[in-house]
Amino acid sequence: MSENVAVIGIGHSKFGTRKDVNTAELCWESMKPAFETANLEPKDIDFFAVGNAGIWSSEAAIPALVAEYADLAPKGSMRVEAACASGSAAVRVGYTAIKSGIADLALALGVEKMQESPNPNVIELIGRFGSYFWEFENFGLTFPAYYALHGTAYMMKYGATEEDYARVAVKNHYYGAKNPYAQFQKEIDIETVLKSPYIAWPFKLFDCSPITDGSACVILASEEKVKELGIEEKVWILGQGVGTGTANLSRREEFTSLASARYAAEQAYKMAGIDIDNPANYLDGANVHDCFTAPEIIAYEDLRFCKRGEGYKLIRDEQTYIGGKIPVNVDGGLKAKGHPIGATGVSQAVEAYKQLLQKAEPGRQADINKGRWLAHNVGGTGHYTYVTIYGLEKR
Amino acid sequence: MDEKVKKNLEEFGFPVIVDERSGAMQWVDMRELRLRYIISIENIKPFYEGLREGKLMATKCKKCGRIFFPPQKDCPSCFDSDIEWVEMKKEGTLETMTVVFVKPPSFGQYDPYPVAIAKLDDGPKILAWYNGDPQQVKPGQRVKVQVSRRKEGYLMYELAPI
Ligand SMILES: [Zn+2]
Repeated sequence: MSENVAVIGIGHSKFGTRKDVNTAELCWESMKPAFETANLEPKDIDFFAVGNAGIWSSEAAIPALVAEYADLAPKGSMRVEAACASGSAAVRVGYTAIKSGIADLALALGVEKMQESPNPNVIELIGRFGSYFWEFENFGLTFPAYYALHGTAYMMKYGATEEDYARVAVKNHYYGAKNPYAQFQKEIDIETVLKSPYIAWPFKLFDCSPITDGSACVILASEEKVKELGIEEKVWILGQGVGTGTANLSRREEFTSLASARYAAEQAYKMAGIDIDNPANYLDGANVHDCFTAPEIIAYEDLRFCKRGEGYKLIRDEQTYIGGKIPVNVDGGLKAKGHPIGATGVSQAVEAYKQLLQKAEPGRQADINKGRWLAHNVGGTGHYTYVTIYGLEKR
Repeated sequence: MDEKVKKNLEEFGFPVIVDERSGAMQWVDMRELRLRYIISIENIKPFYEGLREGKLMATKCKKCGRIFFPPQKDCPSCFDSDIEWVEMKKEGTLETMTVVFVKPPSFGQYDPYPVAIAKLDDGPKILAWYNGDPQQVKPGQRVKVQVSRRKEGYLMYELAPI
């Protein structure tokens, strides 16, 4: 058993349209730097988990594929799926394997090759990550539409505007432009967002995260291993909460918040010893699940960075830029960095490591004073939420 | 099969294309799969019988009175499967909506469609297409549930303004 678990190695592929590589090659692109930063080899790994939602891509047995390609055979593994939170689920499997004492060194890989299928097929398949029978089969819900139902409810209740949502895209593109791994390394203005065509009202093209190929990888170690290997550069997992929501949106109380996110956040804050009434005071920054613009604002509230109904004011006042109350998605977020479904949660872990160890690229490094970073990764529309707190000092 | 792939298959002997933007060589999968699931509705047959008569049916636990919509045959509160079918009053209040402009290909035959969630006066919420002008919707909009025939030929419930 290891009370504490550290991230000791990280790797991140270029996110975007990756017609230049196949799935295994794309995996290795993030695995290689992860091994190098940890100063380890594949034979050192006790167990590995792969976050991958799949269906739009050809290979399904990805753990076996990378076991072969990266010399991880015959080590134990599994593929995990939690829709867009599959990457965090992989981190969780590694984290719990080490915490329980079953493994000392675990690798968590997230990968998605969404562009092996044409866009319309991806739109079709991704809309099925809710209640297939009651909501997709008869009413053709798409992934943007599921979140648009929340975006509308939020505007109706609190008076936020489509401009407020556009501000989230502008911020995340601003930082994406400074991230060499991002799919969109280009700044945009509010007009660009507002003039883009509607996808699912009130969301327009630039309110939406893209369809992305990419992989990300972290290597996790027990406290004992960290000591034994003399690892200097690492961040600790201080807490992780997981929540699940109902399949049907119609079975939920409200649409201005995700109950699974509030539940996961409470667990994570409690584990990490963070005051639930003022978590922003304990954090240097956060990555939140901005698959669309409105959900970033809702995440501010679910994570208690502000009061309910005040999230849109945070972005209006630029309080989630570096230098504000709490920097959010300063790697470009899902919006600009890209959202390769299974890789996103692992990419957030990579970003936490880079930010806390002050290795982020110029222009997007947050000030690190408190030594803690939060990652909020949602699968489906709050069908699953993982909230993970990373820190420089172990608890 | 795409003309380019066909041409390359004949010329080079493989189903390949060069990606226009990256110049990277791609193999075009020869194994096309069409998906259509066969889903059991054995235990919710009364729901469909109700729909045929224009009714919206939910299930209710006889023991604790809990109402389920979409209907389910077991009550997890009571660990009991002694349920009855009850008809919902078909009126409620709209809670949120969207309009789906970019549609899944399997809904390609439809114009952009509004989707709404309403809270029925009887308690449960319902998600369905909204048969009305989305631009006329106001907070607290009263709606009714009605049954209409889809282009595919089957009956389904929808929401409409009152
Ligand atoms: Zn009951």
